Amino acid sequence: MSTLADRASGSEKGAAMTDRVTNILLTGIGGQGVLTAAELLAATAVAEGFDVKKTEVAGMAQRGGVVTSHVRMGQKVLAPAIAPGEGDFLISFEVAEALRAAPMLRKGATIVVSDLVMKPPVVHQGLFPYPDDPVAELRRQGWAVRAIPARAIAERLGNVRLINTIMLGGLSDLLPFEGAILRAQVVDRFRVRKPALAELNAQAFDAGRDACLAGV
Amino acid sequence: MVRNMIDPSAAPAGTRLLYSGNEAVARAVWESGVRLATAYPGTPSTEILETLALYPDLTAQWGVNEKVALEAAIGAALAGGRAFCAMKHVGVNVASDALMSQTLAGINAGLVLAVADDVGLSSSQNEQDSRYWGRFAHLPVIEPADAQEALAFTKMAFEISELFGTPVILRMTTRVCHVKTLVEVGERKEPQERSFIRDPRRWVMLPVHAREMIPRQFEREKALSAFGDTSELNTEFPGSDRSIGIVSSGPAALSAREAAPDTPLLKLGFSCPLPLERIRAFAQSVDQVLVVEETEPLIENELKAAGLAVHGKDVLPRTGELSVPLIRSAVARLKGEPEVASEASEAAPSLFPRPPTLCPGCPHLSPFYSLSKLHDKVIVSGDIGCYTLGAGQPWRSMDLCTCMGASLSMAGGLSVAKGPGDEDKSIVAVIGDSTFLHMGLQGMLNLVYNNANVTVLLLDNRSTGMTGGQEHPGTGYNLYGETTPRVDLVGLVKALGVPEDRVFEIDPYALPEMYKTLRNETRREGVSVIVTNRPCVLTSRHKAGGALTVDEDRCTGCGNCLAVGCPAIEVVRREERVLASGKTRELSFVRIDSAFCTGCGVCAEVCGPKAIQPLAQVKAGALETEGA
Ligand code: SF4
Ligand code: SF4
Repeated sequence: MSTLADRASGSEKGAAMTDRVTNILLTGIGGQGVLTAAELLAATAVAEGFDVKKTEVAGMAQRGGVVTSHVRMGQKVLAPAIAPGEGDFLISFEVAEALRAAPMLRKGATIVVSDLVMKPPVVHQGLFPYPDDPVAELRRQGWAVRAIPARAIAERLGNVRLINTIMLGGLSDLLPFEGAILRAQVVDRFRVRKPALAELNAQAFDAGRDACLAGV
Repeated sequence: MVRNMIDPSAAPAGTRLLYSGNEAVARAVWESGVRLATAYPGTPSTEILETLALYPDLTAQWGVNEKVALEAAIGAALAGGRAFCAMKHVGVNVASDALMSQTLAGINAGLVLAVADDVGLSSSQNEQDSRYWGRFAHLPVIEPADAQEALAFTKMAFEISELFGTPVILRMTTRVCHVKTLVEVGERKEPQERSFIRDPRRWVMLPVHAREMIPRQFEREKALSAFGDTSELNTEFPGSDRSIGIVSSGPAALSAREAAPDTPLLKLGFSCPLPLERIRAFAQSVDQVLVVEETEPLIENELKAAGLAVHGKDVLPRTGELSVPLIRSAVARLKGEPEVASEASEAAPSLFPRPPTLCPGCPHLSPFYSLSKLHDKVIVSGDIGCYTLGAGQPWRSMDLCTCMGASLSMAGGLSVAKGPGDEDKSIVAVIGDSTFLHMGLQGMLNLVYNNANVTVLLLDNRSTGMTGGQEHPGTGYNLYGETTPRVDLVGLVKALGVPEDRVFEIDPYALPEMYKTLRNETRREGVSVIVTNRPCVLTSRHKAGGALTVDEDRCTGCGNCLAVGCPAIEVVRREERVLASGKTRELSFVRIDSAFCTGCGVCAEVCGPKAIQPLAQVKAGALETEGA
């Protein structure tokens, strides 16, 4: 039987290797594919030999609520979730949702944010305003912001469902493993499930990455 | 449906997989040779049984509620087959009648009850600590901290169950159930074969028999405590700083280790009955003890009662998850060190909320729109399901909701005792199909039996919508997707005694009829039942119609359709207009997002100028005009 005790001997070693846990948050709205993107990150980290914990609270997510996934990777990962103030990276699939999730990040963290705007019914009903320029607000708050025109890129490539892959591409040079490995994981997943879309997703991934490297 | 999905038992022993705690428990149940696994869906436990449905060699069944699910599992365990039952924390309140008595009788083959606590209330009406049940029912409680432990501990739980002849509680929390981590799966082992033991003195809980069992129960508890003192489920982690020692259990223990890696930690995997001798020895090796537990101060109070001076909820919150920074600052406080400031930004920016809401075309839209129009004339007694969202914007048409099935019975009480100020208000109860069959039937019967003045809205969407569309006896399918007799809800309420002419089957997409029937029935004495008959739009039973669109030239900006609350309707432009009376009015011009619209047509029914039209028709029309 493998209990925490057996595995902890590895953890003590891990700690001595001055290993840092990388904390990645992904946020969006139910149905946007937040969980799949988190799953892809976690699977890639596992394939690269990292210990991983991935979690989300998605109790009522299908009903248009916010979904946030936590992916932690490192030599040894203990706590199940990212604590407020300890996130290293945030991928936000909806622009204003980045503002909601930002307090989860540590100082100097990087936010990769899509330009997609999804106003909830309470905004349409006139009960609450939607922020004028969420990206400017994020920058004012001092985060390193990568604002990817994901919607425009996806439309250019001909499929709005590509936004998730574009966003993953946007984070790919900051991960504790080579971005190319994540790319291969994404493409493989499509090759197995929807082969027709594999090549398109490879392009989307590259477009997201290139947009960030060019500075956005 | 599920039959043609991948069989997870195919992964050979030794394979390392990214599993959630729920998936790991399912694997362990299969590896333990369980014959019957039961559950009623409830976040965060639902996926355990859904995963078990993919495994061979066992029978998995949705129970119609937690009590019957547990009773079925008890029956299987008495028959001699290992049995497993899963539920969310509040489910145990329902199942407790069976639990409290079966603990006296004990079991034959192993029985494990997995209980998932929603620490932090992501999807529940309360936050309760299920470890209390161990104390109340004198049962062992085992607490895994992550998915790997969930697998190992579940298998151990079956061993302990058979060793001591007792049901065992496997206490999980959201951060075990829904956290994925690497899990090394094991070998399936056939348990020892057993048959039913005919022994009424043991299984028939007559007072004379039960009385004899009580001393045995206490002996069992003592033996379990001694077992805990040496059990490998309780593990100690060394630490160089002995000014504090932490006693903890579940995922909080992992957070505690991360928060204070140099502090000795005693992690209790077997936390009830408390391994007191083990804890005493640990306490002696450190200067002071901090108990880190979610959520109630249970271990803490028992240790205090045993004469140990420990800290716990004096420095830690009594509700919600115990995160690394919370534990870090508790440790710092006890050590008299300055607290490390968290890097979390001060206050979250003031941002619009994004609460969950009903789906585009949800069959509950028109009942709640109707209720909102009758707002001042009704008090709405609600229940648990997607339709609880009817309490939110824009409908604000649910006035109370307590627990599964309570809408009907509480409505009965409201109708008897409403005060003079509420004379003109009718009582409406709102309940869904799954909840009705779970615990609402008795409430319905109670209304009829006591001749209440209540209008019942029975929202039949042919699914357990909130937890992701599980089957139940009203859908006509079982967990495996095989057909079963489908409960005839209209016939059922008639059989309970609601008169023929007071039962209405209504298409909720026919809004005018929905509204009229509801309004008329609330004005009558006695019990009326309105049963809706459209499926949840997220199930395969739902057939979407063509999307609708807004004809800009006709839209007057009245905003009526926004009151329907469909999330596919968006405001494109607002305008202030001065009316003839001199008052100003804000106009909201709308569009419909055709990617989300399911074509239910409810919004079109409230649109006076008939601006909402089928998209296909408008397009065709546009083409004609272009062509002309
Ligand atoms: S027809 Fe109207 S109410 Fe129905 S889904 Fe479409 S926009 Fe929503
Ligand atoms: S899941 Fe089904 S029942 Fe629940 S809100 Fe959506 S359509 Fe309605």
